[in-house]
Amino acid sequence: MQNSTKSPSKRSRIEKKMDYIIYVLFSLLLVISLISSLGFALKTKFHMPNWWYMRPDDTEQFYNPKEPFISGLSHLVTALILYGYLIPISLYVSIEVVKVLQASFINQDLQMYDDDTGIPAQARTSNLNEELGQVDTILSDKTGTLTCNQMDFLKCSIAGTAYGVRASEVERAAAQQMANDLEQDGRQSSVSSKRSKQDIELETVVTSKDGKDNKPPIKFFSFEDDRMTEGNWRKEPNVDMIILFCRILAVCHTAIPELNEETGTYTYEAESPDEGAFLVAAREFGFEFFKRTQTSVFVRERYIGSGQTTEREYKILNLLEFTSKRKRMTVIVRDEEGQIILMCKGADSIIFDRLAKKGKTYLEDTTKHLNIYGEAGLRTLALAYRKLEESEYSAWNNEFQKAKTSIGADRDTNLEKVAEMMEKELTLVGATAVEDKLQKGVPQCIDKLAQAGLKLWVLTGDKMETAINIGFACSLLREGMKQICITTLDSESKEAIKENILTQVNNGSQMIKLEKDPYAAFALIIDGKTLAYALEEDMKLLFLGLAVDCASVICCRVSPKQKALVTRLVKEGTGKVTLGIGDGANDVGMIQEADIGVGISGVEGMQAVMASDFSVSQFRFLERLLVVHGHWCYKRIAQMVCYFFYKNIAFGLTLFYFEAFTGFSGQSVYDDWYMILFNVVLTSLPVISLGVFEQDVSSDVCLEFPTLYQQGPRNLFFDWYRILGWMGNGLYSSLVIFSLNIVIFYDQAYRVEGQTTDMSILGTIMFTCIICALNFQVSLIMTHYTWMQHVLIWFSIVAWFIFLFIYGMLPPKISHSAYQILTEALASAPVYWITTLLVTIACTLPYLAHMSLQRCFNPMDHHVIQEIKYLKKDVSDQVMWRREKTKAREKTKIGFTARVDALIRSLRGKLNKKTHSIESNKSYPPS
Amino acid sequence: MDTNGATTSSTAGGGSTSKSSSKKHSRKPIYSRFTQQELPACKPILTPGLVIATFTIIGIIFIPLGLVSLSASEKVVEIVDRYDESCVPSNYSNDKLKFIQNPSINKSCVRTLTVPKLMKSPVFIYYQLDNYYQNHRRYVKSRSDKQLRSVSDEKSTTDCSPEDKTVDGPIVPCGLVAWSLFNDTYWFSVNSKTIEVNKHDIAWKSDKEHKFGSNVYPKNFQSGGLIGGAKLNSSVPLSKQEDLMVWMRTAALPTFRKLYGKIEQDLQANEKIQVVIQNNYNTYSFSGKKKLVLSTTSWIGGKNDFLGIAYIIVGGLCLFLAVCFILLYVIKPRPLGDPSYLSWNRSPAGHPN
Repeated sequence: MQNSTKSPSKRSRIEKKMDYIIYVLFSLLLVISLISSLGFALKTKFHMPNWWYMRPDDTEQFYNPKEPFISGLSHLVTALILYGYLIPISLYVSIEVVKVLQASFINQDLQMYDDDTGIPAQARTSNLNEELGQVDTILSDKTGTLTCNQMDFLKCSIAGTAYGVRASEVERAAAQQMANDLEQDGRQSSVSSKRSKQDIELETVVTSKDGKDNKPPIKFFSFEDDRMTEGNWRKEPNVDMIILFCRILAVCHTAIPELNEETGTYTYEAESPDEGAFLVAAREFGFEFFKRTQTSVFVRERYIGSGQTTEREYKILNLLEFTSKRKRMTVIVRDEEGQIILMCKGADSIIFDRLAKKGKTYLEDTTKHLNIYGEAGLRTLALAYRKLEESEYSAWNNEFQKAKTSIGADRDTNLEKVAEMMEKELTLVGATAVEDKLQKGVPQCIDKLAQAGLKLWVLTGDKMETAINIGFACSLLREGMKQICITTLDSESKEAIKENILTQVNNGSQMIKLEKDPYAAFALIIDGKTLAYALEEDMKLLFLGLAVDCASVICCRVSPKQKALVTRLVKEGTGKVTLGIGDGANDVGMIQEADIGVGISGVEGMQAVMASDFSVSQFRFLERLLVVHGHWCYKRIAQMVCYFFYKNIAFGLTLFYFEAFTGFSGQSVYDDWYMILFNVVLTSLPVISLGVFEQDVSSDVCLEFPTLYQQGPRNLFFDWYRILGWMGNGLYSSLVIFSLNIVIFYDQAYRVEGQTTDMSILGTIMFTCIICALNFQVSLIMTHYTWMQHVLIWFSIVAWFIFLFIYGMLPPKISHSAYQILTEALASAPVYWITTLLVTIACTLPYLAHMSLQRCFNPMDHHVIQEIKYLKKDVSDQVMWRREKTKAREKTKIGFTARVDALIRSLRGKLNKKTHSIESNKSYPPS
Repeated sequence: MDTNGATTSSTAGGGSTSKSSSKKHSRKPIYSRFTQQELPACKPILTPGLVIATFTIIGIIFIPLGLVSLSASEKVVEIVDRYDESCVPSNYSNDKLKFIQNPSINKSCVRTLTVPKLMKSPVFIYYQLDNYYQNHRRYVKSRSDKQLRSVSDEKSTTDCSPEDKTVDGPIVPCGLVAWSLFNDTYWFSVNSKTIEVNKHDIAWKSDKEHKFGSNVYPKNFQSGGLIGGAKLNSSVPLSKQEDLMVWMRTAALPTFRKLYGKIEQDLQANEKIQVVIQNNYNTYSFSGKKKLVLSTTSWIGGKNDFLGIAYIIVGGLCLFLAVCFILLYVIKPRPLGDPSYLSWNRSPAGHPN
């Protein structure tokens, strides 16, 4: 419960802004109602007594000229109801309908369906569809979200020799990217391209083999090297060290084996996934750990000696456990020969400090390998051993037991001290490299999201090293990025710690400010303990300021509560839309706190999904969810809401104008049925189809031009300028509709048979104009017509005439003044039709002119892309199309592309220096 | 990566494969172009050509339409004569109300109208009232359509108060609308020869056949304390009372014309028409004007220059816009789909490549 936060109800920014528009409209409603009731009161007081035909001498209270105040007051109620059309109540209903349909499109999207798990993407709430198009910062969990939480044993270095040829994902993807980029970058001068190709080839050698293995893959084990597998290691020169290496893997752990009855192999319940991977690796090398008792570990060794499988027992004498502070784990065992051996595995820096002078034989080579592994995004551990003499051990063991049985505050420090005494004079055996497997498509997805201008923060409970490794694997971090690590030491007092953090934060900010190189990227890495201080009231904004300036932010060792707090800080501090994504129960707080919570419906249970607003089964689907669905939904809803306000203003104000002509008596010119059907049938379907089906550009283009996504976060389609523009357009339309109709049908006959209009005829004509104009207007907004849109728009117009026809056919008891109105009074009058045409065109003219002007001379990105697609230029001029695609990214400092760019920049920099001396006249672009 | 997927499914075990696969199938969205939002679509875009063409076409259609309407309106001959002021004897001009409310004073008044141009038959006679709120809510509601339709509903007068019933029973037709029926009458003559006024077929057919019953007769009408407007012949069924029907179609605006009758003979130019007006109707209390209108019609109805002018203005505006766009396009052309207009190519701080 400590980490839980109240589950919030979330509303999108558009909806929140919509509230303000409703307030505006409500004030407008109040104003015109007040005007109307004031007018009514005055009319009743001063004019009513003269209107003998209304029997002012004998009225009910409402019309009593002697009590204008009461008339005015009661008229206020009438007016509020009558002009209620200004407040589009049906907007809420329509938006709900639209959002549910949009959500069902998200649910149905096959490209967000994961074939492996059989789980489709799911919009668990339909409230936030459009918010998906406005995300600025993504806060992501690591384990289970970015990574599979599955460690694969990939490489190792034993006795200074590197084994394992398979490339890590990072290496593979980077090589691919670089190769692609070189192909495209064909315009470089031949010299430089040749050279840079050579340079890059050097780096890609490692990645030669991949994909073509036919062997069934083994879980946790992606190691591939013929020298080591199938017992071939026996032919290696340093076979003793290899045996030792494998034994350390098989013995130095805390796992418990489990026999799988069906396959006869063992699986391991390990404390950390790394250990599991080590044990599987040991098993594959021929050292199968199969039993653990209180005191011993049993290992089946296959290739030792005559080739017979022998079972060996290792008596565990002591076990010094792994802690985050010690960063190492040690066992002291006695083997069957009676030899006491200390086996130790731990972080390389820790192990290297404790090596014996003699044990440093392989140090240099191993360090080199470790660096390579680190760059490849692998988790590394160093292994070491020490042979102990009986006497030496028992002396130490006495001390150790003493420390162990002592009671008191300094027991732990004592134990540590004693342990320290033993863990020294080690001999380095080698190092392991384990890949924390990224989920499918994660680096590519992060790359795309970064290109769409999104910022990604990683919040993880893992330790700093792991987080940094994954940062590298996801290209959130890269070589050459300046890392600002903010950490603290335990020992200090609270004030001192805060002081310390403050200086670090300030130094970081200063560093960023002073940086001149536009390509310099900074990464902020902070751990949970420090974060606790940094999130305190007096410091959090300073911290946020630093974090926002950094290209990537990684928070490690954070508690679930802190995840939520960081999310809140970003949300409230920057005022931008945040998206939290995670898979576990520890992400629930973050998911609930973020503007949008996305749950990964993976293996870690359903809590995250239950708390989320959207769920996907893989992180990579986030790209499509945001860049395609988010972008579409944002524009759809924004345009739909704008149009809705337009439509209701255009309609509602005509009621007001007319009322002014009736002595403010509250009489409506339209039949009640017209008004009911207005929002329900006659104008709702096109606007819903606008909200559901509109696509400015196709999904492919959305993905190819990630920059287009920024239209959402920049809120280009729902700013006040646009909203007020639409309201102004509504005002204009209402004036045009009303005034043209009033002047045309003022008092003259409108038919050749000499009849003049009455109220119901004028109302019907005006209403026809409204229906035609509004539906024509919505058809101008749309840019994407499937048969659905055609049907819905034209049906709405036709439906009006059908309704009018049927309504007129009903007996006068039901149809009242509209009886036979179309057939008898209107259809045969040419003026009816030409007035409708005139008003429709006059209403839509300003929008048409504005749109044309904008499109012709100041087009937005999607306009140009629409044109390119329309003219099929993307097919005829593929060079241009490809070039624009590569340019259509937000400037980003994270992701693969940024990484490759950085690499190419540095290569070019080197080349420039070289070529300068060779051909001094040739110059290269500065970038 | 692919290996990972394969691994997970293989370790899921053989036994549960069928179960899991059936579960998979049930949750997999079914492909259709609709659900994937891939329906074939036409995506028209506003190219400069289309814009110019649209504006030009609108202009080309609208201006002739406007001219045709205007010429139709020109052909209409209309005589409007305001008589409320001049039909009050000079000795009552300070107290017109007293004049109109005194039933014993002779209200007839003679006006002479000159026909400006040949008026072809039929010539429609209208009365036009001004500042008269037939559209006032109290007024509009004060009627009973039920009662007008059938004799059995003559008691449904709930909306008609205060003109709902007398001591003798319900008023038919009830309500303020009927009660305030216009009661000026016109008698036309040319050179002392009476001109026949056809008062048939001035109401809508649907009114005569369906809204006003042929077996409903006026009852207790204008018999209360206050007399409003015209009285009705209680032996003529409502379905034949066309003046009432015309009056009962309440006008939308405070200024309105209503059909009085038709003259079914041509009126020659410069003919002097004598009109004897029985000036009964009280518009003096609210200083409303009364006008007599004689008008011919064309296909656009009565004289209506505005419609034509509006068409010409909108059409002209469209042509003007078309010209503007052509000019703008010549001065500052933008090739369609020119990638240099994309934001990342335009902004100086764009991508460095």
